[in-house]
Amino acid sequence: MLGVFRHQANGARLIVSKFLGQGKGGCSVRRPFVHASPLSRGMADVAVVADKMNVRDALNSALDEELTRDPLVYVMGEEVGQYQGAYKITKGLLEKYGIERVRDTPITEMGFTGIGVGSAFYGLKPVVEFMSINFAMQAIDHVINSAAKMLYMSGGKISVPIVFRGPNGAAAGVGAQHSQCFAAWYGSCPGLKVLMPYDAEEARGLLKAAIRDPDPCIFLENELLYGVEYPMSAASKDKDFTLPIGQAKIMREGKDVTIVTFSRQVEIALKAADILAKDGISAEIINLRSIRPLDRPCINNSVRKTSRLVTLEEGWPQHGVGCEIIATICDESFFYLDAPPERICGADVPMPYAVNLEALAVPTMDDIIRIVKRCCHRGRAAA
Amino acid sequence: MAVRQALRRAGGRLLATQGAMAPAALGVAGRGLSTSAEPITLEIPVPFKGHNVEPPSRTVETSAQELTEFFRTMFVMRRMEIAADSLYKSKFIRGFCHLYDGQEAVCVGMEAALNDKDCIITAYRDHCTHLGRGGTVLEVFAELMGRKDGCSLGKGGSMHMYNKKGGFYGGNGIVGAQTPLGAGLAFAQKYLKVEGVTLAMYGDGAANQGQLFEAMNISALWDLPVLYVCENNHYGMGTAEWRSAKSPEYYKRGDYVPGLKVDGMDCLAVKQAVKFAKEYALKNGPMVLEMDTYRYHGHSMSDPGSTYRTRDEISGVRQERDPIERIRKLLLSHEIATVAELKTIEKEAKKEVEDALAKAKESPSPDSEELFSHIYRKSYGAQAYGADRKEVVVTLP
Repeated sequence: MLGVFRHQANGARLIVSKFLGQGKGGCSVRRPFVHASPLSRGMADVAVVADKMNVRDALNSALDEELTRDPLVYVMGEEVGQYQGAYKITKGLLEKYGIERVRDTPITEMGFTGIGVGSAFYGLKPVVEFMSINFAMQAIDHVINSAAKMLYMSGGKISVPIVFRGPNGAAAGVGAQHSQCFAAWYGSCPGLKVLMPYDAEEARGLLKAAIRDPDPCIFLENELLYGVEYPMSAASKDKDFTLPIGQAKIMREGKDVTIVTFSRQVEIALKAADILAKDGISAEIINLRSIRPLDRPCINNSVRKTSRLVTLEEGWPQHGVGCEIIATICDESFFYLDAPPERICGADVPMPYAVNLEALAVPTMDDIIRIVKRCCHRGRAAA
Repeated sequence: MAVRQALRRAGGRLLATQGAMAPAALGVAGRGLSTSAEPITLEIPVPFKGHNVEPPSRTVETSAQELTEFFRTMFVMRRMEIAADSLYKSKFIRGFCHLYDGQEAVCVGMEAALNDKDCIITAYRDHCTHLGRGGTVLEVFAELMGRKDGCSLGKGGSMHMYNKKGGFYGGNGIVGAQTPLGAGLAFAQKYLKVEGVTLAMYGDGAANQGQLFEAMNISALWDLPVLYVCENNHYGMGTAEWRSAKSPEYYKRGDYVPGLKVDGMDCLAVKQAVKFAKEYALKNGPMVLEMDTYRYHGHSMSDPGSTYRTRDEISGVRQERDPIERIRKLLLSHEIATVAELKTIEKEAKKEVEDALAKAKESPSPDSEELFSHIYRKSYGAQAYGADRKEVVVTLP
């Protein structure tokens, strides 16, 4: 089977391949076909940093700049190259950087993740894309046992500068096997850094930081945010713009209650805060950005100011991220609390497909408002 | 009526019996339409290719009844998938939707050689496979739309259709996982001394998964009655087989497990191969069957299917190898049916699909209580929580 790059007159590249027949009476598709590179159709261009960007383009620009900056960086995953990325995060990168640095893989997560980690042992800086972080479970042995623990086990000899990234958590109607949130599982693992951006600027800054970081980072994105546009600050357009790992951001200052959340729920919490403000409740919203390392000082300082805590996440409740946040407050700021902390989580069920059930399985704005009011001793008393 | 019942009557036992079944019993209309069970002998045009096994003969016995049923069943499946395409575009179906049109001959041909002691497990392109195992078009549509009358009560969705009574174990979203699961079904069949085999189906995309080889190794060691059926439609999402597999000769990939390459667009070839392989597996253990097939749609509804293959290729396969057209030609050339009679069958099939669709649209959403049902078979009074854990606490049923 031949795959040959040929340059067209207009400079675009055609990938010509032939299906060789299986001989006389062969069954397989035999006619040669020309696979036009999407670039030749004007489809794929690397994103340009602008005043407003969606999360997809922000991620794309981050990958582009880091691939330019450091020749040891390369991208690997299913459909990241010729297909331009299952969610188009890697569009234009194959055309710009070539197959050595943008690698399409077979559907073999365990295999290619192991390969990625091995190459990181040697000194390369892979960015491994999982089409869904749910598929990373096939490879989780390499993420944890091969990557996260290696520096420790080797007594400091072998570091693993790898980034694993992909869409995590609930999307819309993708069912039980494609909707799990892995923040808590990965967040419990020493040696791993776990990042969860919210808006486009964070996506860009945190991904660049993760790629430059010498330790294994798992970068949990959100599919529903890929197409959402956000304003970008002037600083964020710089090609060396990074955001610090391990630092949360206070999205909105308040004095009555601290809501700690991350990823898509940040947006919903901000809207809830507007509604709560009309009822006289001033909510401080903390966007974690980094599940591990957790910004404990930020959370504690906030709760010491507000004396109330509500955690908010989409993942399962038992042993979730909220549990660690509440434990941290109990450890360090217990006597500042005026009310028991509340945690808002996804329901304790595999994600159902039917739209009405799916809505019951993820926290809603109404849930947030009711629970925050309850925490502030407004509304109905707790059962 | 249940597709699979008809196929079973028309299929598995037909080679042994000579008795004709009353056409009316099959609900096949048409004056003069031959639905005789008299054996017709045909030659399979595309030869089998064997790996470490002598392929079966290309001479296959069928009948007017069987061929008619193939035609009708595949036509229903085709209409169902095309209707699903429209439903997705009108947003009745959400999430992922992977359509099977083009590949119908594989599941229909398989069913002609199987019975209810056999099991099938496949990945997410499962709507037609579910139908073949006794599912109804109504429960497929209702499931796709997330309604109560769906085969998984609306909780599974497109990728998660099951029918344990019919020996269908899904419906799996994680590519490759179904292959060791299938070996497990075969393990249980052997353990319980059931005279049945399991068909563990996977695509060319999944064919490189390590767990497939782990399953093959164990099933060969333990002589498990499992058939690894690779539905090779030549593209794993956007990746052509030659870009993902060093050796795309999937029927050889079992190495010590023998394999057969089959024209997957020919119901009769599939039936012959599965019949042969089933006999083999019950005595000797696993075999690989590579079905050379093709999907007309893209990988899923969010893939146009034309960025990695040409429209000429797609229409070329449709013209030269479409499984329904192949059977149509046989029916006409053997004077089993006239053009008009086939049109009648098509009309009835369309109506069956339309009626099921209308009924599915009327089916309500599942009740809220279903959120917490079927977490455990036995819950010991465990509690589960909703998003607001103080408001929504449920003792699991």
